[in-house]
Amino acid sequence: MKHLKRIGLLLALVLALGATVVLAQDAPSGELEIFSWWSGGGEAAGLEALIARFGELYPDVSVINAAVAGGSGVNARAVLTTRMLGGDPPDTFQVHAGEELNAVWVAAGLMQPLNAIYEANGWLEQYPQGLLDLITDEEGNIYVVPVNIHRSNVMWYNPARLEEWGISVPTTWDEFFAACEVTMAAGVPAISIGENWTQVHLWESIALGVLGTEAYNGLWNGTTSWTSPEVVATFETLGRVYDCANEDLNSLSWQDAAQRVVNGEAAFNIMGDWAAGYYLVDLALEPGTGFGWAASPGTDGTFMMLSDTFGLPVGAPNAGAVEAWLSFVGTAEAQDLFNPIKGSLPANTTADIGNAELYNAYFQDAYSDWTSNEIVGSLAHGLVAAPAFSNAFAGLIAGFQANGDAAGAAANAALLAIQTGLGS
Amino acid sequence: MRGTRDRTIAILMLAPSVVLLGIFVYVFILSTAYTSLTNLDSMRQLGGIAPDFVGLKNYLDFFGFSPLDTRFRIGFVNTIFFTILFIAVCLGLGLLLAVLLDQKIKGEAIFRTIFLFPMALSFVVTGVVWRWLFNVNAGLNRLPTLIGLPQGTFEWHTSQQRILEFSWQDFPTIIAVIIGLFVILPAFYYVVQRRSRTAIYVLIVAMLINGYLLFVATPSLWTANARPETHGFNLAIIAVVVAAAWQMSGYTMAMYLAGLRGVAEELREAARVDGCSELNVYRRIVLPLLAPITLSAMIILGHISLKIFDLIYAMGGGDLLQIDVPGMFMYLETYRGFQPARGAAVAMIMLILVAAVIVPYLYTNLKGEAKK
Repeated sequence: MKHLKRIGLLLALVLALGATVVLAQDAPSGELEIFSWWSGGGEAAGLEALIARFGELYPDVSVINAAVAGGSGVNARAVLTTRMLGGDPPDTFQVHAGEELNAVWVAAGLMQPLNAIYEANGWLEQYPQGLLDLITDEEGNIYVVPVNIHRSNVMWYNPARLEEWGISVPTTWDEFFAACEVTMAAGVPAISIGENWTQVHLWESIALGVLGTEAYNGLWNGTTSWTSPEVVATFETLGRVYDCANEDLNSLSWQDAAQRVVNGEAAFNIMGDWAAGYYLVDLALEPGTGFGWAASPGTDGTFMMLSDTFGLPVGAPNAGAVEAWLSFVGTAEAQDLFNPIKGSLPANTTADIGNAELYNAYFQDAYSDWTSNEIVGSLAHGLVAAPAFSNAFAGLIAGFQANGDAAGAAANAALLAIQTGLGS
Repeated sequence: MRGTRDRTIAILMLAPSVVLLGIFVYVFILSTAYTSLTNLDSMRQLGGIAPDFVGLKNYLDFFGFSPLDTRFRIGFVNTIFFTILFIAVCLGLGLLLAVLLDQKIKGEAIFRTIFLFPMALSFVVTGVVWRWLFNVNAGLNRLPTLIGLPQGTFEWHTSQQRILEFSWQDFPTIIAVIIGLFVILPAFYYVVQRRSRTAIYVLIVAMLINGYLLFVATPSLWTANARPETHGFNLAIIAVVVAAAWQMSGYTMAMYLAGLRGVAEELREAARVDGCSELNVYRRIVLPLLAPITLSAMIILGHISLKIFDLIYAMGGGDLLQIDVPGMFMYLETYRGFQPARGAAVAMIMLILVAAVIVPYLYTNLKGEAKK
């Protein structure tokens, strides 16, 4: 009798489980918590647009937008780690493609493979192979769905002001320093720089310009020595760029720094192309006249990329709804909805990039670079190095700003690379 | 019989709070102390890898044996300067305001409320307000232009200026000199003049510490990090002192005011009858009687300044290195760097700093009570 009862209970349990699985596949319902750091400006507007369209497709799912403010995810990652450690993962979360995903979440076995979704939607042919490589492990499991592509090495300027000062867009750092003398004489800093992470961002653009594509990649796979004179030169260049910058550099957000350029309070700003979204959506400026852009000095022909992605963590409370969300955000429709507002390129190649109403002059230009340039990964945005390295490197940049010792900074970076096992 | 029952009831009444305090304060302090001796790392923890015991490595790294932890040392030096200035300004301003209010002026209650009001704000609010006021082009710097003077040029909390520079490797030497001036010399005096036995012990301990600092710590610092690492007094700290003192000097004033009210009027009268001037009444009679208040105020202000985090975060957003403090480093290491073990080590250092201020105070207080 007792045994029968147990078997009956088990059967009931199995049936109930099966029923929920079937239900989940049929029509997802319940709550879906989406965790990101898109809390303001074009980023938040883009996410809202995605959520609104998702709500039309899946009216039974109620979305919780759990965005944590802070550029480049600096604060959101802290909250996310705490929740993951506490066994309370959000249903899905934003993460940069590359090492930030692989060295942390995938290495810890906390992500679920999404190959089924890719195959069901035919995305394996629709996403660029180079991007897929960044989010696939050695066994061929794909872990996230990229929603966009950003370019990191972009220099922004105000065309009318440059004409006023009589300077042209520098294509090398030497030309930049020549322009710096002109604008400094006019009492205007040549470059606007913001808080610490924007300086790491600046350094990676300088490093790419000074080292070139191959040696820059060598930093991350161990073939370029951190103490070589060329790497020391990247820090020396950064030091000289500090001398051309605004005095209050550590206290500006990236938006403040980007705005200085259009206000004519600085000549140039180096920031990822989310700045385009900020100029277009928040400041309502025309591309080409209100703001201009170029590859950062010395990096023409190279596209330093980063990509925002969403995945399915192990233990997500509502996996069915997450699968629906991921199947949605990877489509060309969702990417055409999201990217023009956020100010980024679609990761799905079947997106309607040729549509000039959706993607304006900046995006057309960036997309042609994306498809023709050499591609390298960003340090400041988690692509090429694990957080253990990039976090300490941010501290190293802060220390360098305080003491200006380029050789010392390079030596410390070499030490850090060994400690964190970079390139091994 | 009655006494034991009372005692049992007292123990029963106290037990819950003692147990709760024991677990939620002291056990957690111990657990933090243990964590700080490991290499606990959130990433490894996520992957199910247990932390290893690494002894004092985290502490040694912070205090100079890892060239990568410059940020901790910047914060540590900043805290020292900030604490000294903050306490000095709060005590000075608080005493001044209290003495002024003690002059039996009209509307004393209104002024008292006004001066005390900033304390009701959170440090976050203070930080945001002062960040705006310190804006280089729009805030306090524009004040002189109202009367036709040129605009101020000091960059307040964003200033990069640094004075009193020294390299970190010389830090032990500086400590040794301070110990020499303020401990060894007085102790020497007491040994020679008074033949005090305690002074001999103090002298020996201080000399041993100095010997360690000069002949062990300094050379090993140079071996660990051959490049001089410059630190100093960042002028940006002045801005933080202004904001923090604005908030806390009213509180100091209230403490002093209570103390002033406690000075018997007869004492002052007696002094005046003896021909003492009003200034000397304060100097010779009132201020000495206020010494315990000053000590309490120093303790309260000191533990605020050693632990400060929110004001710095609100003013600088976390990355303004000129005003960085250990509390900020603790937060960043734990949550942004995913290294709770290093965060715990910073927490322990802060606890030791605060304890160094508070424990002697509690000790003298308790001793005083026991005597009574």
